[in-house]
Parts: sequence; structure tokens; C-alpha cells
Amino acid sequence: MTTTHKRLVSAEINGEPVEFLCEPRQSLLEVLREVLGLTGAKEGCNNGNCGACCVIMDDRLVNSCCVLAVEAEGTRITTIEGIATPQGLHPLQRAFLEEAALQCGVCTPGFIVAAKALLDRNPDPDEHQIRYWLAGNLCRCTGYDKIVKAVQRAAAEMAGRAEAGAAAETGARA
Amino acid sequence: MHAIEYERPETLDQAVAVLASAGRQARPLAGGTDLIVQLREGRRPDVTLVVDVKKVPELNALVYDPEQGLTLGAAVPCYRITSNAAVVQQYPAIIDSASLVGGTAIQGRATFGGNLCTASPAADTVPTMFALGTQCVIAGPNGTRTIPVEAVPTGPGRTSLQEGEMLVAFRFPPPAPRSGARFLRFIPRNEMDIAVVNAAAWLQLEEDERTIRAARVAIGAVAPTCLLVQEAAAELIGHEAGEEAFRRAAEAAMAAARPISDMRGTIAQRRHLVGVLVRRALEGALARARRN
Amino acid sequence: MVLAEKPQFKVIGTRPIRHDGVDKVTGRAQYGADVTLPGTLYGKVLRSPHAHARILRIDTSKAEALPGVKAVVTARDYPEIPDKVEDLGETAANLRELADNLLASTKVLYRGHPVAAVAATDPHVAEEALKLIEVEYEVLPPVLNVRDAMRPDAPLLHENLRTKSLAGRAEKPSNIAQHLQFKLGNVEQALAEAEIVVEREFETKMVHQGYIEPHACSAFWNQDGRLIVYTSTQGAFPAREQIASVLQLPVAQVKVVPTEIGGGFGGKIPIYLEPVAALLSKKAGRPVKMSMSRTEVFEATGPTSGTYIKIKAGARKDGTITAVQAMLAYEAGAYPGSSVGAGCLCLLAPYNIPNFLIDGYDVVVNKPKTAAYRAPGAPPASFAMEQIVDEIAEKTGIDPLKLRLQNSSREGTPMATGAPFKRIGHEECVQAALNSPHYNTPLEGPNRGRGVASGYWMNVGLKSSVTASINPDGTVNLIEGSTDIGGTRTSIAMQLAETLGIPAEKVRPAVVDTDSVGYNDVTGGSRTTFASGYAAYEAAKDLIAKMKARVAEIWGVPVETVEYQDAVLTTSADPEKRMTFEQFAAQMLKTGPAIVGTGSVQPRGVGGAFSTQICDLEVDPETGKVTILRYTVVQDAGRAIHPAYVEGQMQGGAAQGIGWALNEEYFYDENGRMLNSSLLDYRVPTALDLPNIETIIVEVPNPGHPYGVRGVGEVSIVPPLAAVANALYRATGVRFTKLPMNPARILEATLGLPSE
Repeated sequence: MTTTHKRLVSAEINGEPVEFLCEPRQSLLEVLREVLGLTGAKEGCNNGNCGACCVIMDDRLVNSCCVLAVEAEGTRITTIEGIATPQGLHPLQRAFLEEAALQCGVCTPGFIVAAKALLDRNPDPDEHQIRYWLAGNLCRCTGYDKIVKAVQRAAAEMAGRAEAGAAAETGARA
Repeated sequence: MHAIEYERPETLDQAVAVLASAGRQARPLAGGTDLIVQLREGRRPDVTLVVDVKKVPELNALVYDPEQGLTLGAAVPCYRITSNAAVVQQYPAIIDSASLVGGTAIQGRATFGGNLCTASPAADTVPTMFALGTQCVIAGPNGTRTIPVEAVPTGPGRTSLQEGEMLVAFRFPPPAPRSGARFLRFIPRNEMDIAVVNAAAWLQLEEDERTIRAARVAIGAVAPTCLLVQEAAAELIGHEAGEEAFRRAAEAAMAAARPISDMRGTIAQRRHLVGVLVRRALEGALARARRN
Repeated sequence: MVLAEKPQFKVIGTRPIRHDGVDKVTGRAQYGADVTLPGTLYGKVLRSPHAHARILRIDTSKAEALPGVKAVVTARDYPEIPDKVEDLGETAANLRELADNLLASTKVLYRGHPVAAVAATDPHVAEEALKLIEVEYEVLPPVLNVRDAMRPDAPLLHENLRTKSLAGRAEKPSNIAQHLQFKLGNVEQALAEAEIVVEREFETKMVHQGYIEPHACSAFWNQDGRLIVYTSTQGAFPAREQIASVLQLPVAQVKVVPTEIGGGFGGKIPIYLEPVAALLSKKAGRPVKMSMSRTEVFEATGPTSGTYIKIKAGARKDGTITAVQAMLAYEAGAYPGSSVGAGCLCLLAPYNIPNFLIDGYDVVVNKPKTAAYRAPGAPPASFAMEQIVDEIAEKTGIDPLKLRLQNSSREGTPMATGAPFKRIGHEECVQAALNSPHYNTPLEGPNRGRGVASGYWMNVGLKSSVTASINPDGTVNLIEGSTDIGGTRTSIAMQLAETLGIPAEKVRPAVVDTDSVGYNDVTGGSRTTFASGYAAYEAAKDLIAKMKARVAEIWGVPVETVEYQDAVLTTSADPEKRMTFEQFAAQMLKTGPAIVGTGSVQPRGVGGAFSTQICDLEVDPETGKVTILRYTVVQDAGRAIHPAYVEGQMQGGAAQGIGWALNEEYFYDENGRMLNSSLLDYRVPTALDLPNIETIIVEVPNPGHPYGVRGVGEVSIVPPLAAVANALYRATGVRFTKLPMNPARILEATLGLPSE
């Protein structure tokens, strides 16, 4: 009924080697937030249905609420805190700001991590592919329109296309 | 969550030994997208040991051979399946299933082995495996055995695996000439829902490319387990592939379904959808069979 | 698209990056559950498994004995609470009921009703402790929908509840807390004379706001008796009032620090966890952090009412709507106070109808107490009325938008209360919809339909207070108390910037705690850009007045001769003298103390907002699955301060309305247990379920605001329910009067499938 012995886990988080202690029953989400102070990943549902806890683990997108922290042993993890670099924001982060693709912002870390995972494997997704990939990330504020436009804008920028700026205009002007 | 222990065996023998000695208190962990949630919600109070099988090599196999067919380790996550060129080419129905199990992040972890062993009647990989005539390799304290996948699920949340046994891999037969399969699911949204009804159909045509030589139809979420509907196959085998035979097969499937009404769907709706999905799955399977 | 003729603004109407944006895209912004005070304990709540029961006995001794548990509380730990009503801005709360809702005393009134709470050294231990608390219940029959609850023989939730109405207080106890009535003209006669009569009944289900962030807070009851609470809230000051009232503390002893908030939509105006965390903290002598699980959010916060609505409308063959008789019965949940009143007020708002009789009933049922959900009360009313209007359009052969234009209310039309509308923009919205690219693109193909609907929300003003101070580098600190749910830090800053003539980037907005700024009402009611922006405007004028006074001293000229225009100070007394804002700032501290301005307002000139929406959809006739093909939101924003965030409110509200229309509902069993209390089976739209949502911002400036602002946050959720229903009617030939219009319902109606 009471606690078990904690395990020592070694992983690489956002490019840095990290060690932490955890009980087997603690999820990776719980450890990121409560033990490591990386509160960017959020708990929205704790059962894999909202994507607010998304991280990239060994190059694939996962819901950290559905990963036990002990399973992180030996893995490489990227959280929202590892998306920007000392040189500046990632194009996705800039695009979310430019396109006003966030309102309350609580789903934003999950979306940016998920979108990064998409663009890492498919640099030129069409609208359907973007919506399909992001279907597991719920947003209740935006209706997704500006989020999709932000991902398109970031993809265009990352591909170095000149029309990135023009494509950013949201809606026509009368 | 209640307190649990965690072990991560490196070999199949180690895994079997741990599971055999812990019995009901242990549960294999692959993707965890069902198990971790169930543990957290208090639905598995007896499980106090989680055995992470992802390091066992046999469970990670993903090998296609034109003679042997496809060997799919029970712990291979969906994202590996959907990006495997051989599976995309040879087993598009497996891709149908693997790309619908939850969203992208779920597919980063979820496995066919977990999906089968969680044994939800609405599992999205199971009708495809039934329709493809899949074999399951199971290891236990008394050795290894191979059984048809239909023999595994026995009821909601229950399988025929004995204490100490674990699912190792799936064996899909090599695609027969002029055969095709299709899996479809009905959900109220476009992603992220548990199937209201799902269905898979597999057909093989004769050399005339019109007569059905062999067929399998499986329907899910309309009975305590996925159903392989022999009566539907009987309406197809030896008949001309087309609207008439497909309609009769769909009606046979509707008659075999035993749906319930719950928060995901009503009896009448489910029965009706069985007919629609079986017909559409057969049409899809035929189109794929003609391309082969 | 923004349609208006507007004066030349420098800042208003532009799209600067929001000031809190970088923190939010890098994961550094701190939401309720991200705050962890040193030494914190973790609190969890034990909740009733029964929808209706008497509490006979609670024994917490075993939980208290569990190692790691530092405190356990029940309602016995409350102080004596007076029987009075607390004003929360858009809504009000009876204090005893509020306290009872947070920790039940004698009865539990819904499954999920808190009964006890525990604080322990780790959240898993706290959960285990809950299992050790013994509660004995006497289970009572639950009542689970308005019509059952209104029957004379229904089980009663509150022995002392008597129906309040214009006639006074009723004799016998009832589940009907209130009966409201609004009338004008002679509806019976007008209906009798009408050439066309349409009559229908409608039902909607309880739904949830669905904010992605569950409620979370940390509370620390210090040894000096001061309570500090960090919480995710739509209003730190109303939260402070509620917390202090429930705990019977002087307001000055409570400090509420609002964290960033992950969505609210009205649901984070009431408090749930904070006093419980405070009581645990007092007992344990340590901070206590509490956050809800998603299941707790569904079962035990404030969803919005399921409803039953009956409407009978009369019209002439030429399309003039002459009479409406309506009955609206709304679920209040466990305690009185649904939004049926607002539903009555918004029902007919888009139209000038000379004869109406509207009866509204506020009815308690054994479900969680309802809270505000974005334009609370209006969406179900609109679902009903806008379909009635659609039927009249069909029967008269008039285009549904043109019919709305023909009957439209305008300035001077009486509202439901009898008072006349001020300047409003419904006609302009309908006209914009008629001219829209969407409406002018024919919809072709089988199983497809186009529906339109209008909606109204009154918006509120209430109180806002800000402070602004000039920095030597020419930037301005703006201290405000409106929690930022959708970019309002920036829209408020932009109004300050516009008034001062400086760029928006030069304003540094900060949302602060209740010790650090004057009283601010909630971020809700579509009031923030309007009222807090008005306060910022006043603060800017205050700064200007003070700058003028300082410069008059420096230049030795009378202050009346000093002008401030386009961020430059000049004086008519000496054309040589000129100082820019930046120059002023640089020398400010050399010539005197800091220049600080305030703005504290309760603006009366609130402008109501209309929205008209167009929905194209396709139905798969074999499965009943609906695909939204194209969707346009037209909305009158008065003046769009930051068009991108106005568009965001329009798109977000429409998305929620579409989810409400198609798939969302609280699915209860006969014992009052919500079966789908998870985001798996409570189906909100995903990115794959919606197309791009086109927006057309209409600007009919509100004369009651210096920049013409109307609230934009709410009205967009009002029309979608009927827009989708009207489109479905065109696609299937069936009129859907029950929500949600999910695939099963659609098949039942189109194929005649039984409903079981």
C-alpha cells in the first residue's frame, strides 16, 4: 500500500544528461513537472486524449502521461523547453506568435512539440496531413484555424520559401 | 496510482520467468497506452508488477519475407509499422488499422500486441488480424505455441493466455495472389474515438479475377469479442465479387452481430453500421485484390 | 476581413505580437498547477458516488493515521457561514450554497460532490488516504432532467426551496427555484391573427466548457493568519471575495495571486478548491497544492444547463414575425442559479417583435451546479429560435438572411426588458453575410446543406482598475488585474499606447495580485478589452494631464496652453518649445518624481454584440456522419483593437458551438452517474473535425467606449447550434430539435432506425 523504493533513471533531456529518482508508478509527465521542474508539458486529461503533455522520446511523439518515468531510462527526450535554442526561437514558435495561434496558451507547448515532430519527418505537409497529425492535440480556444496556418507558415519558412511572408496574412482585407 | 514494481527483462526467457513466477500480479507492458491508464484509474488493483517487454528482441521483430510472410513482434509500436515500406506495400489493411489507433502520439507507443491482449471488443487492430488469418506466437513456462488469432480474445478484457504466458509475435501469411483486405471504422469524430463499429474484409479472387476464391469478414464492437463471421464468408466464396454478393455478406454480418446500446452507440445504429462497413470493406478489399 | 470605415489609428487595428507570447510558446508561463511552493503538501478530494443522498456519518480517523497524511478536513472545519448572496459580476452566489458545494454538510446533491479532503506529502499517498475515509450515506432517488424535476411529485433537492416569481414566494417546496417572465404587447391575439404559425419543442443536454487546463491552486495559511492563494482564475478579486466569505476572513487577510489560466469560458469564475486547500493548509501548517483530474472537472465543476424549450411563433405571409410565445426551462444543477434569465433576454434580441411572452424556469436537478459558459443561456435559446425563424423563411419562401434583415432589431427597438437598444449592428452583420464570398458561392452536391443563424450577447461593463507609470526609457508599465485568457494584456496595452501615441511594444503590461492593484471584476462577460481597456485609456489621459502639468512647470507657461498630440508636447505660448514623449521620459526623474496615472472605471456604455454565421455541411446518408465543409463567422466587434485576437474569439466560439451541436453531451445513467467523464468519450472537436473558419469583422462602433469597442469574447458561440441544425435540415429534410445532433440521432431521423 505504501511507497516502493525509488529507482534511479538516467536519460538525456533537451540535450543534457539528467538523473532523477522516481517511483515506478510515477508517469514521465509527473516527473518532468514535479521532480525536474519542467512544467511546460501540461496535464489536461492524464489518459492520452488531449496531447497537452506531448514530448518527443527517441524521435517519436508520445503522450508523457502514458509513459512511466522508469521507461525513460536510456532515452533521449525533447520537451517544449528544448525547442528554442540560445540563438532564438524555433520557426514554429515564431510562427505561433506571428499568426496569433494561441489564446490561453496551455495547449501550445503540446502543439509545438507535436508540430515539430511532424515537420522533422515531413517538411512539406498539406493541410489535411497537418490536421491529421495534430488530431490528438486538443485546443478549446482557437478552433485550430490559426494553429494550422502557423504550422504552414513555419514549414514554408523552414523550407526557405519566399512566399512565407505573404502566406501569413490571416483572412482577406476589405 | 497504487504502488507497483517495474522490471525490464532483456531476453524472452527472462520475461517468461518473471511472468510465470508473479502470476496474476504481473502484466506485460509494451506501449502502456491502455495499461498505464487502467492502473491509474484503479481498474487493475491486482497488478503490482509491470514487466516492460520492450527490450526483448523477439517482440521487436518486423520482418517481411515473400515466402514466410510478415513477422510482427507484439511490442512493435504503430509508428514503426506505418513507416515500414514492406507493410505499406504488402499489407495495406494493417496500415489501415495502425494509422487509426488513437492519434499520432498514441501511435508513437501503442502496439498490436497490447491492443489484442487488452481485448477491448472495439480494438482497432483485431478485425484486420482476424481477416488476414493471422497466427499468434505465445511463449510460456511450458514452451512456445502458435494459435490462430481468433483463439486469443475470449471476452471483454479477457484472453485465452494462461498464467505466465505472453504474446511474442504475430505471423501474417504472405499475401496470396489476387487478394486484398481493407479495415474500416466508424467513429463520430474523425479521430481519437473508440470505434462504434469496425470491420475488416479479406478476399482472394480466382484467376478469372471475378469469382471469389476465399474470403474472411470480421466485425468488432458488436459482441464481447471481435467476430469472424463464417456466414458472411459463405455468401462470398464461389460467388461473383460485386454488389449482390457483398450485400448478402453484409446482411449475414448484421445478423451475426450482437450489439449493445451504450454511450458510444445504440443497438440499431450499430447493427446498421455493420452492414455499411462490411459492404464498404469488401469494396475496398476487392479494389486492392484487383491491383495485385 | 474587417469591414468598416474607421478613423486613422496608429496602434488600434494592428497585430503586434502579444506581450506574454514568448513565455507561452516556450513553456515558461506559469499556470495554476505549475506553481509549487516550498514544503508543499498535495491535496485530494473525496467525492460522493451518489447523485442524491443524505450523509449519515463520516469517519476520517484511518486516513488521518496513514503515514504521510498531514491533514484531513470536512465541512465541520468551516466557520459559521451567514446566509447571504455574493455578487460575482455576471453571476451571483449564495454563500452557504457555495460553501456547501465545496464540502457537503448534510446532503450530497450530485455524483462528485466533495465530502472530505486530505493533504499528504505526495499525491499518490493522498489518493490512498481517500480510500480510508468511511462515509455512510442514505441514498435518495435522483432527479436528472428539468421536466422530471418540475413535476409536483419529484424528489426534492432542497427542503427550503420555494419558487420565486413576480407573485412573490410560493407556499410549497419545489425544485423550481425561480419563474421569470418577460412580455410585450398581446401575444395571444397576435398568434390568433397570424397567417403562419410555427410551433416546436427543443431539448439540449448539459455540456462542459472544456478548458484544457483543469482547476488548480496552491494555498498557504501563514502563521500570521494571512492566507495567500495562487490560482488559475478568471478573476482574482471575485475569487478573493468568495474565499474570504467562505472562510469568514476579512478580505484584507487574503491575497490571491492569479496564475496564467488555461481556458475558462466562465467555468473558472466560481471557486472550487481554494478554501479547501486553505483549510488543509491551516491544519497542516504547510502550503497545500491541489489540482483536479479531468474526471473531477467534468463531474464536479460548473457545466452549463441542459434545457427544455417550447416556442410558438406567428408571422405574416410577407415574412414579418409578429408574435413569439416561449417557455424556457433550464437545469441549474444542484443549487439554484442557471442562466435562464439571460436565455430569455437573448432569445428574441436579433428581431423587432411587437408581441411576446417569455416564461423562464430555473430548476434544480441532481447534477453539478451550473456555471457560466460563454454567453451563458443564449446558445440553447438561439438553437430553438433560429430554427423557428428558418421555418418561417421556408414557409414564406424568403431567403433566410433576408428574412432576418427584414425583421432585424436596431437602435431603439425594445429589448426583452422593455428598454430600447442603443446602437447595435445586427443589420450590418446580416448584410455582411449576404455579401460574403461564402454566401455567394453556391453549394452543390447531394446530402449537402447550408444553414444560417444569428445570435446576440449583451456583454457587461463592471469594474476595472489599472495603474500606469512612465519609465525613463520611454516605456510605460501598465499594472492591471484582468487575467489574460485570450490576449487581453495586449489589447488593453494597445489602447493605452494608442492614447499616448506610442507603439504597443513600448507598453509593459503586467497582471498582478489582489494586493497590488485596485479592484477588477472578472475576465469574462466580454468585458475585458472594453472595460479594462477603458481604464487604460483613462490612465493614459491621467498620464497626459500630469505630463502637461510637469512640462508647464519646466517651461514656465500656463498648463492650459500645453498640448499633447501624436506623442509630442507643445505650448501655444511658445512655438519654439517642443518635447517628445521619449524626451519627457528621459528627463522625468530629473525634474520631479515619477509620473504615475490611474484609471478606475465602471463604464455604463456597454455595447451588445451580434453575430451571424453560415454553415455548409455534408452528411453521409449511410452513417449519419457530418462533415463541416465551410464555415463563416460574421461578428460586430464595434472596433477590433487587435484583429487577430478578435478573429480568434470568433473562431474559438464557433468551434465550441459546432462541438455542442454535433457531439458533446453529458451522458448519464439512471442513477445520475456521468458515463463519459473523459476526453475520450466527451467528444470535443479535434483539428481534423473542422475546416478553416472564415471571419468577417464588422465594426459598428459602440458610442459608449472611447474607441468604439464592443465585447467580442462570447457571442460567437450563440449562432452555431442553429446554423448547423438549419444546414442539416437542408441536407436531410429533417429538422433536429434535440442536441447533440450526433450520427445515431441523424440515422434515427433519416432512416427511421429505432433509438435503442
